Amino acid sequence: MSLLPFFQWCYQTPVGETIRESTWLFPVIEAVHLLGLGLTAGAVLLVDLRLLGTGLTRQPVAQLWSSAQPWLLGSLALMLASGFPLFLSESMKCYYSIPFWIKMTCLLLALLFTFTILRRVVLTGVASERPLLGRATALLSLSLWFGVAWGGRWIGFS
Amino acid sequence: MSPLAFFGWLADSSWSTALHESQYAYSIIESVHVWTMAVFFGSVVMFDLRLLGLTMRKVPADEVLERLLPLTIAAFVVMAISGTLLFYAIPLRSYQNIFFRGKMLLLLLAGLNVWIFHARVYPKVVGWNVAGALPRAARIAGALSLTLWIAIVISGRMIAYNWFDCDRQPQLAIINLLTSCVPDEQEP
Repeated sequence: MSLLPFFQWCYQTPVGETIRESTWLFPVIEAVHLLGLGLTAGAVLLVDLRLLGTGLTRQPVAQLWSSAQPWLLGSLALMLASGFPLFLSESMKCYYSIPFWIKMTCLLLALLFTFTILRRVVLTGVASERPLLGRATALLSLSLWFGVAWGGRWIGFS
Repeated sequence: MSPLAFFGWLADSSWSTALHESQYAYSIIESVHVWTMAVFFGSVVMFDLRLLGLTMRKVPADEVLERLLPLTIAAFVVMAISGTLLFYAIPLRSYQNIFFRGKMLLLLLAGLNVWIFHARVYPKVVGWNVAGALPRAARIAGALSLTLWIAIVISGRMIAYNWFDCDRQPQLAIINLLTSCVPDEQEP
């Protein structure tokens, strides 16, 4: 099944159309999206740095996870709330954009990885007995999030 | 030489033109600028939120600062270098861009806030009892920092748009004043 009809439908939604026809809506929503990106990076780095053996090393990683989690979830909600209207306004461009598909793949993997494997590694405290496992988890997490940020920036260049 | 003439000369220099017209260099530098911004902004926000008592309340604020600062500084250095290169690629237009000017002003204020915080407020934060709220001055510094950096990111993003650019006349007199733009006299 092709996703093309869905993307075509998104493109002609009133929201998408309104954003396309406005001079300032897209830039403003995108600025909000960018702020969300920064907040996501902060929340992700807090946990991943600790797993890598730097950052707040005196604190248990599970505690950092629970401190960061509301901000991670909040920033992801902000990203989705701003990203979806942006997508609606240029869904046809996205459909043919390789960076867009890379971004969405990385996003899906990053979310799955964060709330399953990374979460387990953090909450079971296994990283303190097996620091290498902690490091590998953090590296994979950072790579996936970087893939999301890379794709996001390069949608605009294509 | 006036700033306007200087940036005009810079814009015409071969390296600046080459960077501006490059196929990949400019995009890559801009991407680096955005990604390091995310790291810088993210770590600053986490610290500001700690000052405000909105996260990591069980961790002393000075420990959060000491442990995050190396990353913050490293990201800032890369961000400043890439930002300078971006300016160098399009100097005259950036110099006259209203969002660029606003951003530089806000950066100055953010720098001032950092300076005052480290000189006056931070000594009081060191060793502060973890259980209670931080001194008022520290919470104000955190709120100011948060507000300023959000405004800086927004104005930085807006530099890309030419709504108030010099070559798009007519503009309001106040806009032309703020962008030091002298439009050619033309019959309407």
